Amino acid sequence: MTKIKMREQDPAERVKNFNEVAMGLSEEDAVAEAKRCLQCKKALCMSGCPVEIDIPAFIKDIVEGKYEKALFKIREKNSLPAVCGRVCPQEDQCEKACVLSKKGAPIGIGYLERFVADWELKKKREYVAHTDLPKESPAHKKHAHGKKVAVIGSGPAGLTCAGDLANMGYDVTVFESLHKPGGVLMYGIPEFRLPKAIVEAEMNYVKHIGVKLEVNFLAGKTGTIDELREQGFKAFFVGIGAGLPYFLGVEGENLNGIYSANEFLTRTNLMKAYLFPEYDTPIRVGERVGVVGAGNVAMDSARCALRLGAKEVSIIYRRSEQEMPARREEIIRAKEEGIRFELLTNPTKFFGDEKGWVKGAELLRNELGAPDASGRRRPVPIKGSEFRMKLDTVIIAVGQGSNPLLPATLPDLKVTDDGTIVCNDDLMTSIPGVFAGGDIVTGAATVISAMGMGKKAARSIDKYLMS
Amino acid sequence: MPYKILEKARLNSVVWKIKVHAPTPAKAARAGQFIILRIDEKGERIPLTISDADPAKGVLTIIFQEAGKTTKKMAAMKAGDSFADVFGPLGKATHFGKIGKVVLVAGGVGIAEILPVAQYAKTCGNFVATIIGARTKELLILEDELKKWSDRLIVTTDDGSYGTKALVTGPLKELLEKEKFGLCYCVGPDIMMKFVAETTRPFGLKTFVSLDANMVDATGMCGTCRVTVGGKTRFTCVDGPEFDAHLVDWDEFLKRQKRFVDEEKASLAAFGEQHKECMHKV
Repeated sequence: MTKIKMREQDPAERVKNFNEVAMGLSEEDAVAEAKRCLQCKKALCMSGCPVEIDIPAFIKDIVEGKYEKALFKIREKNSLPAVCGRVCPQEDQCEKACVLSKKGAPIGIGYLERFVADWELKKKREYVAHTDLPKESPAHKKHAHGKKVAVIGSGPAGLTCAGDLANMGYDVTVFESLHKPGGVLMYGIPEFRLPKAIVEAEMNYVKHIGVKLEVNFLAGKTGTIDELREQGFKAFFVGIGAGLPYFLGVEGENLNGIYSANEFLTRTNLMKAYLFPEYDTPIRVGERVGVVGAGNVAMDSARCALRLGAKEVSIIYRRSEQEMPARREEIIRAKEEGIRFELLTNPTKFFGDEKGWVKGAELLRNELGAPDASGRRRPVPIKGSEFRMKLDTVIIAVGQGSNPLLPATLPDLKVTDDGTIVCNDDLMTSIPGVFAGGDIVTGAATVISAMGMGKKAARSIDKYLMS
Repeated sequence: MPYKILEKARLNSVVWKIKVHAPTPAKAARAGQFIILRIDEKGERIPLTISDADPAKGVLTIIFQEAGKTTKKMAAMKAGDSFADVFGPLGKATHFGKIGKVVLVAGGVGIAEILPVAQYAKTCGNFVATIIGARTKELLILEDELKKWSDRLIVTTDDGSYGTKALVTGPLKELLEKEKFGLCYCVGPDIMMKFVAETTRPFGLKTFVSLDANMVDATGMCGTCRVTVGGKTRFTCVDGPEFDAHLVDWDEFLKRQKRFVDEEKASLAAFGEQHKECMHKV
């Protein structure tokens, strides 16, 4: 038996809408998949999970039809199951470690996680009325200590840290700079990969277990860490993500029609520019779109561009297919949708018209040389391989760095040359009581690694405040 | 709802002054900073300069001109209504300190944005000469308020209906030919700021402009507000909004300001169809 296939929207149809591509498992399929689990005594899958979910236990609950119990089992470790079931790279984590993956048929752990989370959402539980949560819910743990902790940033790292601290009994407030919480889950990952209603529902759960939320608060500007200290906050978790867009630094990059992926995705996802003019935020997408980069953010941008009406969308990537950092699943879906791949290719210049609109790029072909620091083979430009591509929209998706805004207001905070925050093994920064985690510490990484760090920081904060 | 409009007053046929309840931003606000405002769930995020802040009462004063859909909608709102979001203060605060003699130049609704700068400049102990201009007398705002904070005030109108018949650059040039200043600070329409930069350049007078770029998050995350200053890409939201006017790539900036012009027109037209009462002539 192989890993179960999840139904997906047909590629020809789905490029015309923003509805979710992967449609989830039916109850019958989920139970059948769960039954394949060998219930290993020494569960290797768990060693592959950055947040240590008791995977065999929740799968057993599914086999027995106890979906709610399965969900609580997951929630003991992970307050965002509907999100992780969708966007975790399970193929590199739990499913890779699964005993059955040796035979090429790991259990679809992510699919099952999503199934129980969706099952609950379908029941339309809105996490508002405390009374309808069963007793074993973590929400019923009392606020034992009540000490105030501030979590800066409401992305995956912050929400996880906040959720865990609330469960331990702390009085947690999450400060978010945008008008909606969720961080990259809200502004970055598109609706068709992670519906925003799902993120909102998960957010409601975190609020339900006692976490307070303050939006429109930019730490360092709206208020400083010192001011929050004066308001009684005893410890801080900084999970502000990798918010600074990298550009290529080539000529013509500020032409109209050239977006950072952050801008393109924020307009589309957070501001719902795909519903313009019903929603007020505009976005302009031409017929021929080039997306520079080949990570998940690049795939998301390319697939958004297609849905926004582009006729031809190309991924432009300096290395070969093998080195593309995006999830395999997303590359396949992008291909199915007709995204073109210009591999071993690098733009060296953008050119535009007299009104300042981008009209195309000049590019160079590469070949692969010796491996570089990342272990991947370094792209080396081929002399005389210059060529031009006509483009009327360009999206730069070559990674994100650390936003220096908050660190700049904290002179005692140690940061690296890249601007990431330096932490000790307990994720405490150079300022006592200030902890950090997620992309602001590691540089751009995954949702689940950020969540893992949020979890670890919650334990460290507890240790710090209890000592 | 937190961000309630407490007062609303008309300053001229297209410019409004509102006081909005926003205690946290009001506490931290400094001259030169701005907020991001979103009217409702479907609204866009627009940057607006903070004209005044009362930290004790938790009130921000915002002066805006009706231009696009969002500002038209704002103009139609009443005291007691609320905005979905008021976010800030954002951008770097004005911090030129005591220079000696400074000349402030403002045009149109930019006059509202120069007021806190005048207040700051005077409070720092500078001699403040202020030049304000408008197309016509009716559009001129805040003359009395600026008088309070200026040692000298020069008023121009394009049509000569009030003050000197000139663009602001005329009296500016005359002033610089006669007297030595340590700093020029300018806020106004993009094209005016460009010409003020060209006017002060031959005098070697350090000149700041406060740019009003289209923004989304305004926290340095999206880069839509990027501008080339001294050959380097800067983000108006976090590196600005003040920049050295002589280092700004004005040609690129003016072109970038037009990147959503078609969409803005379409949006306004669609809004106008449904709200004819809001579409009086500007």
